[in-house]
Amino acid sequence: MGRFLTRKNLTRNEMLVVYIIAALSLMIGAVNSAFFSMGTVIDTARSMLVTVIFALCEMAIIISGGIDVSFPAIACFSLYSTIAFMNAYHIDSVAFAFFFSGFLGLLWGALNAILIAKFRIPALIATLGTSSLASGAILVISGGKEISMIPPSVDALSQQFLFSVTNASGVKSSLTVFILLPAALCLLFHFVLRHTMFGRGIYAIGGDADAARIAGFNVFRTQCILYMAAGLIIGIAAITHAILMRNANPSNLMGSEMMVIAAVVIGGTRITGGHGSVVGTVLGVLLITLVSNNLIMLNVPNYWQTFAVGLIIVIGTSITSLRAKRIALSPKI
Amino acid sequence: MGETFLELKGIKKSFGGVKALRGVDLTVNKGEIHCLAGENGCGKSTLIKVISGAHAADEGEVRIEGKLMQNFSPIDAIRMGVQVIYQDFAIFPNLTVAENIAMNRALESGRKRMDWKESRKLAVGAMEQIGARIDPDALVERLSVAHKQMVAICRAILGEARLLILDEPTTALTAKEVESLFAVLKKLKAKGIAIMIVTHKIDEIFEIADRLTILRNGENAASGDIGEFDRPAFIKHMTGREILETKYRPENPDREEILRVEGLTRRGAFENVSFALNRGDVLGITGLLGSGRGEIGEALFGLAPAESGRIFLHGKEIRIRSVGDAAAHRFAYVPEDRLTQGLFLERSISDNIAAASVRSYFRHGRLQHGAIYDAAVGWIRKISIAAPSPAPPARTLSGGNQQKVVIAKWLNTDPALLILNGPTVGVDVGAKADIHQLLHQLAQNGVGVIVISDDLSELVQNCNQIILMRAGRIGLELESAETDEAALSGMLNGKVQKEGS
Repeated sequence: MGRFLTRKNLTRNEMLVVYIIAALSLMIGAVNSAFFSMGTVIDTARSMLVTVIFALCEMAIIISGGIDVSFPAIACFSLYSTIAFMNAYHIDSVAFAFFFSGFLGLLWGALNAILIAKFRIPALIATLGTSSLASGAILVISGGKEISMIPPSVDALSQQFLFSVTNASGVKSSLTVFILLPAALCLLFHFVLRHTMFGRGIYAIGGDADAARIAGFNVFRTQCILYMAAGLIIGIAAITHAILMRNANPSNLMGSEMMVIAAVVIGGTRITGGHGSVVGTVLGVLLITLVSNNLIMLNVPNYWQTFAVGLIIVIGTSITSLRAKRIALSPKI
Repeated sequence: MGETFLELKGIKKSFGGVKALRGVDLTVNKGEIHCLAGENGCGKSTLIKVISGAHAADEGEVRIEGKLMQNFSPIDAIRMGVQVIYQDFAIFPNLTVAENIAMNRALESGRKRMDWKESRKLAVGAMEQIGARIDPDALVERLSVAHKQMVAICRAILGEARLLILDEPTTALTAKEVESLFAVLKKLKAKGIAIMIVTHKIDEIFEIADRLTILRNGENAASGDIGEFDRPAFIKHMTGREILETKYRPENPDREEILRVEGLTRRGAFENVSFALNRGDVLGITGLLGSGRGEIGEALFGLAPAESGRIFLHGKEIRIRSVGDAAAHRFAYVPEDRLTQGLFLERSISDNIAAASVRSYFRHGRLQHGAIYDAAVGWIRKISIAAPSPAPPARTLSGGNQQKVVIAKWLNTDPALLILNGPTVGVDVGAKADIHQLLHQLAQNGVGVIVISDDLSELVQNCNQIILMRAGRIGLELESAETDEAALSGMLNGKVQKEGS
């Protein structure tokens, strides 16, 4: 880990996030000595789990020059519809749950793809519309009520752990097997973005869509695949969220888009597109998670959480924009 | 001369009712540098698009190596070795130099995997071929325009270019960078690659071209070996009229002072700059990039104000601490980059002309659209902007006419001092002459005119006084009557050490 976190492997922005995380951890640790423990690692990993998946999708979309604010609504729609459907037809199958939820997410992603790639609607407006559609639809279907009955074999997954640790005061922390999902996706995203022509196409489109078209990238196809794949992955993340929470809530993910965008931006992805990395995004999510989980330990009232996230977005985007300006003005080589 | 690579015969192309090309012939041979010259709007760009397969010709033949090309796409043209480098280079600022160079080749091969090692090797190889030394791992956004252009050329070489077409390649380059670009082009020429440069800069054409084709109004005006042309003939073919290259002299020797600057200093930009500008003077400021020539204009207009020194307007001391101060004293500034700093491309010509003086068009809280329209019509007539009315958006105009709109915008503020940074960059000879004449008239009418430029022939012909900046200080001050372009160029590049540093 120590050797990995070096200047050679990380950009300056990522190093900065590492320093901030270290400083924040020291501050929290100074107030609460129990912070430095395996339990904290497990709890933080558990809190990051779904957010990392969302953030990976958001990152890829922002790199391509777009943005997606519809994923919380898509996730709520997918997870609630899946559980409601399975309960109504007495289906108790893990494979079905993931397949169905992923499929619903894919459909919403396809709608985003059509609006953005085909009709050329600005991504923010298109996904705001999709978001409203999905969250409106699920409110109608659910009547705003959550379902606490998850089909038993699906629910059983929430009790599958990789390992457990017990701390001195007897509190047991267990790491869910689902942590493997974001881990695998991180590797997949890194591979696709860095080592496939499809991934380089995402960067190229975010850098200059016209130049990408001239170079011979199929911009339409790349955007379609990107938004649909993001929908699919979000559907899968959604059902994971329901299993971990052990209920299907039609709205509790709503509002998380700001936190996710903040994490992505603080991780060095430029909001204007073309730049971003998996490592930076994971660091960004880690920072945001530490802030929202531990502000209370620093005697900051919980109400400040939203404020803190807003602050991170404002500072993060300002740094990006200032840096872009500095690069534009800096002597050229 | 080598064998023919590209041959066009009787190319015609219309858009709607507008005849852009009315039967153009053109041949480009292997291993020659062919200049395609002509004023803005003469059909140069359309012709390139026909050659590159972006537009299909209505009539006429395109032959590449004797093979008749019919209904061909840009991809077909690229396969035949035709590579076009447009002014924006179509490169990716967020990717590395190596990736930019190797990207098209990788895409063409249809590979799914990105091979970083191979990309880097290909890029380094391509750069070695033309002697470019750029860090292959640098992000392109950190490169200068000249180096971005090299990246685009390297990419074209990797694409096995056999005809390299460069659209206005020198517009954003300094004199030194133009020199190294030309060296590269000569290397490519020696390899047997045909090169076509689209330009209207006379000096460069005579420096680099082997052969020349001049277009006017969508027709061949002339074509032949460069030796068959001299400057007056060239200008006449291009514009269809005689334009005399004379030196400007203020008519009345009445020396009423307009602007005086004493000891103007902004650390890191310029130091202890003093000069005076009298009625009728057109003052030229030149110098190499980074010599502080542009910064003086920015300081006078308050964009980056001077830290110390005094400025007198009509004998009274004034302070310029912001653009607001400058505007209050009726200073006007025409920036170097009109597309991003001087124009609202999507807005109408009249909106653009009123943009800097819009406050004066408010009556009782309402904008007087009629008055704006009338003013725009007046300027279109007075400085002959080639536009049917003030209504079309500025982007529909050619470069020279856009520049006239920018100037009209400031003239409409009734300026006391007009500062122009590169007033005729990307403007063709005819419009250039119009703009210069306009500047002379303004100077005679008592407007202070300062022209900042690295176009030395422009300075010698149009300014009666020239200041040459060196490393932030005034290196030389001279009357244009005492010098010519060659001497000025020598002084600029430090070949002749006259006086001072």
